[in-house]
Amino acid sequence: MTDSPLTRAAEATPPHLARRIKGLSDRAIAWIFVAPTIFLLLAINIFPLIWTIRLSFTNFRANRPNREVEWVGLRNYERILTDSDIWLNMQATAHFLFWTLFFQVLIGFTLAWLINKKFRGNDLWTTIIVLPMMLSPAVVGNFWTFLYQPQIGLFNYAIEFLTGTPASSFEMLGSVTLAPWAIVIVDTWMWTPFVMLICLAGLRSIPDYIYEAAEIDRASKWRQFWTITVPMVLPFLMLAVLFRGIENFKMFDLVVQLTGGGPGSITELASINLKREAFEKWRTGYSSAYAIILFVTVFGLASIYVKALNKVKER
Amino acid sequence: MKARYLAATAAVALGAGMAGTARAEDLTLCWAAWDPANALVELSKEFEAQSGHTMSFEFVPWPNFADRMLNELNSGGKLCDLLIGDSQWIGGGAENGHYVKLNDFFDAEGISMDDFAPATVYAYSTWPKGTPNYYALPAMGDANGWFYRKDWFTDPEIMAAYKEATGEDLREPQSQLELMQIAKFFQGREIGGNTVYGVSIFTERGSEGITMGATGALYTWGFKYENTPGSYDMEGAVNSPEAVEALEFYKELYECCTPPGYTNSYMGESLDAFKSGQVAMAMNWFAFFPGLYQDPDIGGDKIDFFVNPPQNMAGSTLGGQGISVVSYSDKQEAALDYIKWFAQPEVQAKWWELGGYSAHNSVLNDPGFESSQPFAGDFLVAMQDVQDFWQEPAYAELLLAMQKRLHDYVVADQGTAQEALDKLIEDWTETFEDEGKL
Amino acid sequence: MSAWSITEPSNRTKWVAGTLVILYALITLIPLVWIFLTGFKTPPDSISYPPKVLFEPSLEGYVNLFTTRTRVTPDQLAALPPPANFAEEIVRNRDMVIAGPSKFGERFMNSVIIGFGSTFLSIFLGTLAAYAFSRFKIPLKDDLLFFILSTRMMPPIAVAIPIFLMYRALGLSDTHLGMILLYTAVNISLAVWLLKGFIDEIPREYEEAALIDGYTRFQAFYKVVLPQAATGIASTAIFCLIFAWNEYAFAVLLTSGTAQTAPPFIPTIIGVGGLDWPAVAAGATIFLLPVMIFTILLRKHLLRGITFGAVRK
Repeated sequence: MTDSPLTRAAEATPPHLARRIKGLSDRAIAWIFVAPTIFLLLAINIFPLIWTIRLSFTNFRANRPNREVEWVGLRNYERILTDSDIWLNMQATAHFLFWTLFFQVLIGFTLAWLINKKFRGNDLWTTIIVLPMMLSPAVVGNFWTFLYQPQIGLFNYAIEFLTGTPASSFEMLGSVTLAPWAIVIVDTWMWTPFVMLICLAGLRSIPDYIYEAAEIDRASKWRQFWTITVPMVLPFLMLAVLFRGIENFKMFDLVVQLTGGGPGSITELASINLKREAFEKWRTGYSSAYAIILFVTVFGLASIYVKALNKVKER
Repeated sequence: MKARYLAATAAVALGAGMAGTARAEDLTLCWAAWDPANALVELSKEFEAQSGHTMSFEFVPWPNFADRMLNELNSGGKLCDLLIGDSQWIGGGAENGHYVKLNDFFDAEGISMDDFAPATVYAYSTWPKGTPNYYALPAMGDANGWFYRKDWFTDPEIMAAYKEATGEDLREPQSQLELMQIAKFFQGREIGGNTVYGVSIFTERGSEGITMGATGALYTWGFKYENTPGSYDMEGAVNSPEAVEALEFYKELYECCTPPGYTNSYMGESLDAFKSGQVAMAMNWFAFFPGLYQDPDIGGDKIDFFVNPPQNMAGSTLGGQGISVVSYSDKQEAALDYIKWFAQPEVQAKWWELGGYSAHNSVLNDPGFESSQPFAGDFLVAMQDVQDFWQEPAYAELLLAMQKRLHDYVVADQGTAQEALDKLIEDWTETFEDEGKL
Repeated sequence: MSAWSITEPSNRTKWVAGTLVILYALITLIPLVWIFLTGFKTPPDSISYPPKVLFEPSLEGYVNLFTTRTRVTPDQLAALPPPANFAEEIVRNRDMVIAGPSKFGERFMNSVIIGFGSTFLSIFLGTLAAYAFSRFKIPLKDDLLFFILSTRMMPPIAVAIPIFLMYRALGLSDTHLGMILLYTAVNISLAVWLLKGFIDEIPREYEEAALIDGYTRFQAFYKVVLPQAATGIASTAIFCLIFAWNEYAFAVLLTSGTAQTAPPFIPTIIGVGGLDWPAVAAGATIFLLPVMIFTILLRKHLLRGITFGAVRK
């Protein structure tokens, strides 16, 4: 993980300036400058994380201050990992993760490829396309519930207009079959631009002379696309997938506003379920264990992924 | 009785006078954002004038109310001095020390719980249930009831069509099954050029909606939480054949007779469906009835109200709240002044007049009460047979389990009613085991 | 490359690509345009079917957003003095009177205070740390930098549990200070990473020259480096601001009445007794507009911001 492209980007090691003129030593300044940040992160990130680990072995409940706290060992973990309802939440999360990444990569890459044809005004349109991703997911997600209303919503109207299916005959957020797709659609709408921007950077990093050489070799456009464009953009694309993957694994705000996890528990992603356990049922110890499991999962998956990413980059 | 009121009033007047000389505070009262809250703002102006305290309000919409307020209490927040909290919170409020115990205050000020309707005192004020330990003063009586389009029900053409379709007269439903029959009749019918639907019912997943709606059916079929009260013995009560039948009924009612898109609807959506002329009948809390009756479009002659119809027995889902003093508040004295003022019979009478449901006997037993509003009589009937959800300190956990099981079955169509209730018993058993009660 | 380069796409290709991209952009804009339009509809117009594209604009949504209202009987209405302003007039047409201001203004100000407060703090701390990481030898530098980044991987809900307990013990729940500190802690990873990238790009020779001229390290930092990094600092600041502005999970869990920001509040505008979509849309419009403007200002640094400086282009 220390070998990620992110850390690499930071590796422009500055040469040490031995010069010490009046005032504090460089070493002292360095620590004075870095210390507050580290301290803040220790206080608001690391200390809480350690506390969470500790709580995860207890039956503590934050809403029952007067109750005795007992050590329960690994029982919380055991309960979570053997709970079939939680596995359903995990499946919902996996479905969401897979399909949002699939569509965002597909559409994002296509858009970037089209924009890279450098038509007139492509900068302006790129900026317009980017807008949704910068907006508050909670506020926008809330408004999408209005667009998805069967009887009055614009989305259902558009479907009726395009396909002739009556607008009030299907419920994007209320139906068991459609709701998982409804959240994929909104997330794709919001975050495709993210993948697009990164792909665009990848496409623009390919020097023209490579294509010129290919032209001279009379390689077909199709062949150029698969042998030059795709491999050169792949590391960028994989980086985009990493970012989106981590974000969507943690997904909370957008989906909570859209479906609240419903109907039933069909779209109850891991974070939504965790929020219910931690802040509505107040099973603090249990949900701490849940949080640790989620964190380890993200971290583990991301580490494996980064290894793969680095292999691709080395090729 | 009369003399006692006078004494109480005198004490209150004295107290209020003294409060005026004490430090003037800015009190914050927290409640749900709904019609009665506006009435309370209006009512409280009188308190401000008399006491010298000023009132601020924090009203949270129902779907977020429990979540926000319980979070506030659990974080020891000082936002609310006074809280009109939902009836089921009383156990947690008392056991976790969120609410101030009011017995000494009631004794000192001569406020007697005998002056309030017993069902409301039991539900809104006492913990442990039914013992004389008071953590709230009944503030707002409420139950889940129904209203319907009287103009449609009395339209000769529609009445004839109903007679032809069912062989019966169209009337206020006298049973749950008749309610469904009427709903089926209206579903998809053209009235005044619009397609209308049968009923709007509670199906909300996030807070308490579907539980509050479905228990309306469950109670009338004979659903019980425990075989014997206080035993936590749920097998055969929660999943009795009657309970299964009732839950199947609620699912069928949802599937046959609600407008499209009402998969996650609670108070706001139910009102919306009715006000926009989409449904013939709708369920909602009595609290909204004054506003509905006044509504320029569907109120007045066009609306009438009925109590949740019985099936095997009478039963209504209890709503309503008591008013409590939050123990984290720095202004408890002033907050108690408010409760003292609010408990006065005159204030209670005005409260009813403005649209709040007073639980005070002097209001409810007044000979003019029944005729004061078209729904007043129904309210008294409903309150006779109300049942509430668990009021245990673990209520939120119990409620969320029921929300999940009911929504999974009714809306998301997973499994059977029997399975849903069996799983509910498992969830609840686990909770009570964690609580050390089983 | 020049226009006649063999790799330059043909005009026909450009035309097709342009059309497709513009088509996508227009479709993607529809929900945003719809928010804007709905804000100017009356509640009945907003829920009419088929959806109305042409309608008589009304400020009812905005009036409802900023006020609370009570219903009065026609008799009471008739007895009132004539409306004092357009807002009162709109409200009275619905048989209501304005009872007071709504909480929206307060919540919006909370967003402003917490957003700017945490941005300032993140930038202040972030610039110092970034400069140190960029210019000095620090033991375990890479590990520290990675540690700073990894704090971003925790699901917010997971971190919220102990923070909730900690804030409860310290009395920081539902306070501006608590939220500012929290958002700073979340933003600082972004700030350090981005700013380090910007500072790395400033040639070291400038400072060295200044040091030779007798500047102290501090003077060199704020007289030479800071002005050079101004653009980078500004765009980093906007990213931090946007994050704090949009944040929902912490806000919904840790704030209540005093420090609640707009994102948890706007969805609850929906109204009592009838769903008031125009008011929600009005709130959303006011809330989203500043971010849209910032996005347009930021467009050159957007890529860098969203990838923590990993992709610079």
